Amino acid sequence: MTTTTANDMGAPAAADEAPGFRQGNHQGAVRACDTTGLPVCLTAQLFIKLNAVLAVVFLLVGGVAALLVALTRWPSVHLLSAEWYYRTLTLHGLNMLIFWIIFMEIGILYFVGTTLLNSRLGSKALAWVSLVLMLAGALIVNATVLIGKADVLMTSYVPIQAHWAFYLGVILFAVGALVGVINFFVTLYIARRDRTYVGSVPLVVFGATAAAIIATVTLLHGAVVMIPTFTWAVGWTDQPDAAWYRLVWWGLGHQSQQINVCAMVSVWYLMGTLTTGSKPLNQAVCRGAFVLYILFINLASAHHLLVDPGVSAGWKIWNTSYAMYLAVAASMIHGFTVPASVEVAMRRKGFNKGLFGWLFAAPWGNPGFSAFFFSLVIFGFLGGITGVTLGTQQINIIAHNTLRIPGHFHTTVVGGTSLAFMGLAYYVVPLVFQKEYPAKALARIQPFIFAAGITIMAVAMSLAGSAGVPRRHWDIEFTGAQFSAGFDASAHLMMGFVGIGGTVAFTGLLIFLLLTVWAVFLGRSNAGKPMEQWAANAATVIQREHLTDHDEHKTPGTMVLVLLLLASFAVYYFANWKALADAWHVR
Amino acid sequence: MSHQIPADDWFKAPSGGERLWIGLALAWCLILTLMMPYWHFKGKQNSTGEAYRVAPADFAERVNRFVAANTVGEDKGVAVVAPPPGTDVYLQAQMWRWYPVLKLKRNQTYRVHISSLDLNHGFSLQPLNMNFQVIPGYDHVLTLTPTSSGDFSIICNEFCGIGHHLMAGKIIVED
Ligand code: HEM
Ligand SMILES: [Cu+2]
Ligand SMILES: [Cu+2]
Repeated sequence: MTTTTANDMGAPAAADEAPGFRQGNHQGAVRACDTTGLPVCLTAQLFIKLNAVLAVVFLLVGGVAALLVALTRWPSVHLLSAEWYYRTLTLHGLNMLIFWIIFMEIGILYFVGTTLLNSRLGSKALAWVSLVLMLAGALIVNATVLIGKADVLMTSYVPIQAHWAFYLGVILFAVGALVGVINFFVTLYIARRDRTYVGSVPLVVFGATAAAIIATVTLLHGAVVMIPTFTWAVGWTDQPDAAWYRLVWWGLGHQSQQINVCAMVSVWYLMGTLTTGSKPLNQAVCRGAFVLYILFINLASAHHLLVDPGVSAGWKIWNTSYAMYLAVAASMIHGFTVPASVEVAMRRKGFNKGLFGWLFAAPWGNPGFSAFFFSLVIFGFLGGITGVTLGTQQINIIAHNTLRIPGHFHTTVVGGTSLAFMGLAYYVVPLVFQKEYPAKALARIQPFIFAAGITIMAVAMSLAGSAGVPRRHWDIEFTGAQFSAGFDASAHLMMGFVGIGGTVAFTGLLIFLLLTVWAVFLGRSNAGKPMEQWAANAATVIQREHLTDHDEHKTPGTMVLVLLLLASFAVYYFANWKALADAWHVR
Repeated sequence: MSHQIPADDWFKAPSGGERLWIGLALAWCLILTLMMPYWHFKGKQNSTGEAYRVAPADFAERVNRFVAANTVGEDKGVAVVAPPPGTDVYLQAQMWRWYPVLKLKRNQTYRVHISSLDLNHGFSLQPLNMNFQVIPGYDHVLTLTPTSSGDFSIICNEFCGIGHHLMAGKIIVED
């Protein structure tokens, strides 16, 4: 690897006010990417690598826990004891939703803040502080759970109490993440100050900034709820109010899902560009949709409290509608603009046949593309539709705490965000780690396996939940309970599919983990030459000449897809109102 | 490209299919928003969140008075309580049981007070699949009208410790 300063890269100086990078203004040690020519800050590169490796380690821990939990909920396997089921579920939720996702997101922030803005990383010291705090927090949490001192599940609703070390770990992790986010803002500031670029930030940076803003608000909620809980667990203060805890905890818990959405959508735009050369149709629309996320995320986190006591119907409805639906509109807009930009890119390459010729010709053999596109479809068709429906104030009565809820979020944060991040990894490893993936054929089918498994599992969870099967529950036969209870054969069958789908998804996850770990530690270096292309056909173009304007904005295929989405949405939504109408009357 | 600095003239009004879709999305979101107030006034199933602060010991006391006044029998050692229609009904959640067994009349309305003596619990009525959160310190009042008869089970669907999956109670509805 050759280290050069930006000045040596010899890019022609642009006219002073023309939008673009100002090569000479990069203040750090930098290398030019051998594939894209983009400047990679070497400090940022180090921390992107460290964060990504840790993310993958926690994904492994969470993944093993996932398999064990799924096999326990499969009635004819019923693997773990009750104690270990709840403990393993606690581990799964925390390692996946918090550690895997947030380590990855901090890495993404470092990447987009530096490489896409031609900047150096804000502060190396802050990056270390962030990393060490996050790692320490994650280790403390895992240790406390594993020795059986925190069987409280991820949400740890007071008055259930864990050992104080558990809350300390969560606080350390959150503070570490906040420091990482601050480092991103410092990077943005430095790039502006040093004029490393002129013009508006790229769309991907814009989306990541939206995620970072939401993350700041979220992590502050985390501090507000976790600090008094920690002091209570140590014995210094009284127990926080149980309802207050739920309210503020979901200020953390729900908004952090909005970070994931923002980060995922930014990754969609990036992957669309990397794998098909797509370009946003209308930057103003895409950016406007990100702004809607920032403005209308659910500050009150109401839709986890829709059947709670002590919060009024008016409050629930207001918070659900104003907060959610403009953010929903934003997701629907991205759901159009992302595939539409791919459609335009593919049509311009000549794949112009019929409504969907562009889609069939897309680079499905490129795991970066397939992971991204499955993520888009699963998130939109399954995650979005179920999320809005379950989050409808009254419909929540027939959904709250049933398996419909994990059925929903395994199509958002797993089939959506996690799968998109896997797609990203297929580029991060060759471009940032400068290592080639082994067994590329296996990598090519990995997104298919994971997407299929998660879809089967999530749909089965949703159906079992519609029959009333609770989430977080060890024995739906209620063996030994005072009164008999239980579910019919079809619900049991669905729980079987939860186990089967979960096992398939785990297989997909394991392939991803093994290949990635292999590539990172033992993979062939590609330093000094461009990465090996995932798909050989013309569909993979990384650098394309600037496309001409709006003349070819015909996207009939995407239009059909989104109309299909809207129709499914309406059917599912009103079917749920119908089901609700059959329930007992209640006010 | 989405990763590059855009040309200066990037600010444009949406056009074509994009504009159509934004219009449809906003219209759909308006329908979503209106459905909730509509159901609040016209629908029969709502969670109003009516609740009062209550100390767990006080709630337990109200439950005991309620049971003493209205017990009509016993089922598996647990009092079966048949309150007069239209009155206040108490249901106590505790690790890991629902107390007492309620015997209600179809198409009669009751004010059902639910609270917990210890942790969060989840009131989950099966096989109807109606679910409400139960929080210690809060008396959650459901104004409930059973519209079908038979035996129903109450399970717990909020994690409440190692015996969580053993928590099952019963509601009997007679015609
Ligand atoms: C191989 C992939 C995965 C499988 C097979 C899987 C399976 C499961 C199962 C069976 C449950 C238990 C539901 C219950 O019993 O209540 C669960 C819960 C959960 N999963 Fe996953 N999962 C996977 C990946 C993920 C990922 C990547 C994330 C987050 C990014 C995630 C987040 C969660 C959360 C937050 C819960 C709820 C934990 C709780 O109730 O406290 N899962 N998962
Ligand atoms: Cu319980
Ligand atoms: Cu429980």
